[in-house]
Amino acid sequence: MSQDVQTRNDTAPVVPPKPSKWRTFLDSDIVYSWKRQPVVILATLVTLVMFAAALFAPWIAPQNPFDPRQLELIDAFAPPMTTSDFTGNFYLLGSDSQGRDVFSAILYGSRISLLVGFAAVIFALVLGTALGLLAGFRGGWRDALIMRIADVQLTFPSILMALLIFGVIRGFLPRSMHAEVAIIVLIIAIGLSDWVQYARAVRGATMVEKSKEYVQAARVIGLPARKILFQHILPNVLRPVLVIGTIGLALAIIAEATLSFLGVGMPATQPSLGTLIRVGQDYMFSGEWWILLFPGMALLLLALSVNLLGDWLRDVLNPKLR
Amino acid sequence: MLAFLIQRVLQAIFVMFVVALISFSLFHYVGDPVLNMLGQEATEADRAALRAQLGLDQPVVVQFWKFVVNAAQFEFGISYRSARPVTDLILERLPATLELAIISAIFAVVMGIGLGIYTALRRRSWLANFIMTASLIGVSLPTFLIGVLLIYVFAVELGVLPAFGRGETVRLGDWWTTGLLTASGLRSLILPAITLGLFQLTLIMRLVRAEMLEVLSTDYIKFARARGLSKRVVNLRHALKNTMIPVITIIGLQLGTIIAFAIITETVFQWPGVGALFITAVRFVDVPVMAAYLMMIALVFVVINLVVDLLYYAVDPRLRVQGGGK
Amino acid sequence: MSSTPSSVNQSAGIGHEPTAAAQEPVLSVRHLRVEFPTRHGTLVALDDVSFDIAPGEVLGVVGESGAGKSMTGNAVIRLLELPGRIAAGEVHLSGKRIDDLPEEQFVPLRGRHIGMIFQDPLTSLNPLFSIGDQLVETIRAHLPMSEREAREEALRLLREVGIPAPESRLDSYPHQFSGGMRQRVVIALALAARPEFIIADEPTTALDVSVQAQILALLKRLCADHGTAVMLVTHDMGVIAETADRVAVMYAGRLIEIGPVDEVVRNPQHPYTKGLMASIPGIARRLERLYQIEGAMPRLAAIPPGCAFNPRCPHAQQRCRDERPDLMPAGGSRAACWLHDPVDPLPPRLDLEGQEVSHVR
Repeated sequence: MSQDVQTRNDTAPVVPPKPSKWRTFLDSDIVYSWKRQPVVILATLVTLVMFAAALFAPWIAPQNPFDPRQLELIDAFAPPMTTSDFTGNFYLLGSDSQGRDVFSAILYGSRISLLVGFAAVIFALVLGTALGLLAGFRGGWRDALIMRIADVQLTFPSILMALLIFGVIRGFLPRSMHAEVAIIVLIIAIGLSDWVQYARAVRGATMVEKSKEYVQAARVIGLPARKILFQHILPNVLRPVLVIGTIGLALAIIAEATLSFLGVGMPATQPSLGTLIRVGQDYMFSGEWWILLFPGMALLLLALSVNLLGDWLRDVLNPKLR
Repeated sequence: MLAFLIQRVLQAIFVMFVVALISFSLFHYVGDPVLNMLGQEATEADRAALRAQLGLDQPVVVQFWKFVVNAAQFEFGISYRSARPVTDLILERLPATLELAIISAIFAVVMGIGLGIYTALRRRSWLANFIMTASLIGVSLPTFLIGVLLIYVFAVELGVLPAFGRGETVRLGDWWTTGLLTASGLRSLILPAITLGLFQLTLIMRLVRAEMLEVLSTDYIKFARARGLSKRVVNLRHALKNTMIPVITIIGLQLGTIIAFAIITETVFQWPGVGALFITAVRFVDVPVMAAYLMMIALVFVVINLVVDLLYYAVDPRLRVQGGGK
Repeated sequence: MSSTPSSVNQSAGIGHEPTAAAQEPVLSVRHLRVEFPTRHGTLVALDDVSFDIAPGEVLGVVGESGAGKSMTGNAVIRLLELPGRIAAGEVHLSGKRIDDLPEEQFVPLRGRHIGMIFQDPLTSLNPLFSIGDQLVETIRAHLPMSEREAREEALRLLREVGIPAPESRLDSYPHQFSGGMRQRVVIALALAARPEFIIADEPTTALDVSVQAQILALLKRLCADHGTAVMLVTHDMGVIAETADRVAVMYAGRLIEIGPVDEVVRNPQHPYTKGLMASIPGIARRLERLYQIEGAMPRLAAIPPGCAFNPRCPHAQQRCRDERPDLMPAGGSRAACWLHDPVDPLPPRLDLEGQEVSHVR
């Protein structure tokens, strides 16, 4: 029935007037669905504000929370909205046991969360796409090997994989280096734990593209494999990859926060949002609620809005990809 | 049937083999176990003796074989950190984790399926819409944050439920301790079980809803309606059974992740389970505990996968009677 | 069973136009309008559709895909896909108005008074229930029978639709049957509670050509035996010619011609029907070449004012672009075309008419 309606829409000759690119964009389903969902609009705004705050943290934050020389121990446990009698510093969201300004810590913390999130997604995306292309295009034992590894890895939840990879990498490094390289280890661990989805999607799309006539034709006229791969196949598999990536960002941010909360991610000297929450948990019972709740709220907002946005983008770009 | 079973069992064995290989590699290549156990001050003779005692002077293949044989007997050596047998460490903490995981799983499955059916059938009601929106929060929030916030609200502000630990436990049999038989044990279980189950609940609910909506739009449901079957029969007899087939698979796999996610919940609530043990092991690179935990989790996942396959087989007649007709 | 395509005349005896006035029609549709509210505005999927079906009569409904054939059936049995809704008009079943009944009162009508058969037998049966289960639950939903009696009745139904050895097939699952056998089961299910009227929506389209004739013959025989009226929705004029008593032709959500099957096939009155008949190889086999109607049916969102067919009609004149024609008597049938206006008939464009005539010769 609705199929009937559809067919009918298709068969009719439509002669649209040529609108400008911007108008076409404003008229598109994406913008239409964006405008219709207040939740998505709100999520977009929150995401933009938090991205901007993280990006410009050094200019917005009253202090650099990573620099021990800037912390005033005498101002420790200042409640929110107070001005210190000793230093005259204003603490918008209070301070922690080190005299660290919670507001600044949140700004710098979300900077780390976003940095790790983006880097891990890019790492997973590049690795997964490369392996997926290889498996899909070349087939044979490479395909079998890559896909078996993917199967085994998929048996376990990615947070467990990330924990394990994190543990292994640390096992190879001397203990004194752990804090310094924590951020890189985190990126690699989260990225490695998350490449499988990209590889599977790309492999599938590659195999579909490969069997299409234009690729067959390109092969027949003797175009080198590399050229076919990069000029013809890659552009066609990018869409599912980007869709997975949008959701992947939210997942990576959550994974980073979780690892840091578990005490195996960012050290307390360079806290991310997860580290701040772990530290704050200790002061929950003694009345210094702001050390826990403000970073918690920041993570809640960030995770929720990025997730909402990713979810929405996925639905708009590709309703079939669950 | 038999071929299918054999194929699945072989696949399970393959996964276990790979995991064993990884665990063994951990043992063998991550850090130096002798150094880890004896410390820097030990003499060369002590080290050689321990090396021989652990069998580290034998060829790698032999060592791997011994590892597999030991693992099959739940024998994983001595923890670097606490110098006790890993098996003992895990056994004394296993009941806490299993009780938490099982209660969470029941909570997640019962509530998830119920709410999923409700939101699919009453798609347009405000309550269904509210539940769907709220479920987004459940899916998006990190588990640990949910746990911390629950503690803050129910333990710190309201003071009605304990914030951490297992409460009083009762010993059953040789080694099993249970918190299910005391009031404080049950009260202690509420927040961790909700924290651990909430993510799976929302996932199951959204999955059931999506599958059910898809099934409701199929021709056979339309035909069932066209035959005048009551709404109840169409929704709860026809649609539900078809919905459950893909759902069973995913629920089964999700149950496995509950055990893995217990790591996080146990850390938040200082729950004395194997997850917390594993986190400590990762933090201190306590390889024997990591390896043992890995093998244990792998076994759980592989068994769940097998059970799910068999269930699937039992529910779907298309798989059961291959080529029975013409 | 294995009937060869029977001659058209065989079935022409029953429902001549207008429908036997003495008998109350089993189904009466008046000014039915179905709308689909969408983001681009409201689409009118059915517009002012009226027709009757007499007891025991087979009404064929033809048209291109999207013309509203299936929509009409779905609207009558109230299984429109959302957001589609009946916006205006009335549906009467054996004289009783049913389109305004609350859903709880409508449900028992389905299967008991209005049956429906869908296009694809492969997807019409629930794969997880044995056909015995599905038959028994349908029978017991409508008739006061015990489980045992219902099983007996199910066996009888299966025997009636020509399933060999039904005793051994009752506990089989749908995937164990071939496509043709499944459609027989579907027919048994649709007729299980002996409805006086069934809607058959493309019942043979998904089947092998070799099986199609058997299923049609079965459907026709059973309905004749039980006195069941049929609304046969199809795009296949061959099926119509073989099975139907009367034909309704639909275009862009409107009914544009309705009449006895002989009349409509041999002597179509609406220019669209003429084109449609001339484009069918079996019927227009005297033509040297197949006829093609220029252009395409308009989208629902862009139905032109006046007669919906006017942009493609060789006879179109100003009036056709301004005023929408109702059905009016035309030859042996009724057609919605100003050429047949009883008061002020539009003159056909004779040059074209001549050309057409020479075509048909």
